[in-house]
Amino acid sequence: MINTYDVLETIRMIDDECLDIRTITMGISLLDCIDSDINVACRKVYDKITEKAKNLVAVGEGIEKELGIPIINKRISVTPIAIVSAACKCSPVPFAKAMDEAAKAVGVNLIGGYSALVQKGFSAGDLDLINSIPEALACTERVCSSVNVGSTKTGINLDACAVMGRIVREAAEATVDKACFGAAKLVVFCNAVEDNPFMAGAFHGVGEPDCMINVGVSGPGVVRAALSKYPDANITEIADIIKKTAYKITRVGQLVGQLASKRLNVPFGIVDLSLAPTPAVGDSVAHILEEIGLEQCGTHGTTAALALLNDAVKKGGVMACSKIGGLSGAFIPVSEDAGMIDAAKSGTLCIEKLEAMTAVCSVGLDMICVPGDTTAETIAAIIADEAAIGMVNSKTTAVRIIPAIGKTVGEELDWGGLFGCGPVMPLKTPKPDKFISRGGQIPAPMQSLKN
Amino acid sequence: MRAIITVVGKDTVGILAKVSTKCADYNVNVIEVTQSILQDLFCMIMLVDISKINTTFAQLSDDMAALGDSQGLKIHTMHEDIFNCMHHI
Repeated sequence: MINTYDVLETIRMIDDECLDIRTITMGISLLDCIDSDINVACRKVYDKITEKAKNLVAVGEGIEKELGIPIINKRISVTPIAIVSAACKCSPVPFAKAMDEAAKAVGVNLIGGYSALVQKGFSAGDLDLINSIPEALACTERVCSSVNVGSTKTGINLDACAVMGRIVREAAEATVDKACFGAAKLVVFCNAVEDNPFMAGAFHGVGEPDCMINVGVSGPGVVRAALSKYPDANITEIADIIKKTAYKITRVGQLVGQLASKRLNVPFGIVDLSLAPTPAVGDSVAHILEEIGLEQCGTHGTTAALALLNDAVKKGGVMACSKIGGLSGAFIPVSEDAGMIDAAKSGTLCIEKLEAMTAVCSVGLDMICVPGDTTAETIAAIIADEAAIGMVNSKTTAVRIIPAIGKTVGEELDWGGLFGCGPVMPLKTPKPDKFISRGGQIPAPMQSLKN
Repeated sequence: MRAIITVVGKDTVGILAKVSTKCADYNVNVIEVTQSILQDLFCMIMLVDISKINTTFAQLSDDMAALGDSQGLKIHTMHEDIFNCMHHI
């Protein structure tokens, strides 16, 4: 039985409202590639990635054609390299190069997992990896890096926050010729998740199986279009409309994941219930908030509207798929969202408001350009603030800020494509240096004592 | 396996014939057709059986899209699963 309305609705969502599957991400464990000889280990890493993911792109493109829905990215996440490289006792940059070459060989556009998990302290290999991040991101094209500096269970490693403040700056400095792009491929997490399919923060956790397919859905344009049909609905009705739309979006993610898993003969992991924007017109999370009734994203009421949106997306998506995971929620990356870019340029959206928004939505301070003279200590303090929100609220938070080296407020960085362009946003100037230099561990909060 | 072919655009003579001829060329069996004219806009939806298709799905989809382009129409060929999963629990 053909239902004309249903068929046309699906086609309109894809053609006019930017419905797509944002990513199929293959998680690959590299634990069996560990070797004390770094050359041997890197060869094993390259061989394993290229073997496991050899059909990933072709299968993704086949599904895209068959279902008629774009699958924007095919990506790979691997075991945190600090674990794989620890036995080598040297700089792990060759691993980044091996990952980059493998990513190019199989045709994926990004590969994540140049990562370390240091929420409770540094173990062997962690500091080697962290110190090598700026070089690794500068000498590779597709490698993404992340570091977990805190969790609800462990508290926040303030030493790691301090180190990462410096590393974020160095990653930007090492890539000044590419608009400081190194820092855009580096995420600092609290409560990092092990099955996240979204870059730049994806890595394949040690508790995951050898190989796994995870899917990240998208669809801000579809939600906005659905809301635009109900200009007089009250806020409870708005939540219901978002739920129904999120259900439909997520069902497609589930279908794509099932097909990919079957065709690649790899277990299907999770669907990440996300609203991931792109800089394209009609694909903005900020515009959903404006459709709900805010003149511009960032004004008073933004946090409440975002909280409702984030919750409704989860409630709608949860029934649509068998397993949920990843970051699951609305993303607010400033440079990747046309509405956020406008709001930041006009001054309505400031970093303090973004910080408040991260307390109620999926991730954190994402793709935000800050002045080039921002000190490592200030960046470290931003990381600590954001980690504290994650730690206390038992949620994932992250910081992906890009110091715009040589630029100041009023200028912008432009990367083009999915990464978009971001205006440099002002920060507070009083120094947090003493706080950061104290070092040590912020103890885990009461929320950690659930046993 | 079944797919849904949708044709949307300005109404012209012979649209149904052209699309179904293309289906026949690829051994794709038409099961059901619904069509309507909404404000001068022609809209046809075909449910087809592709289990005995003699080419790849991608080829069918590309050819249909090209046929649409040549006639000033939009033709989508999509597996029925995407509609079923989205609109049914």
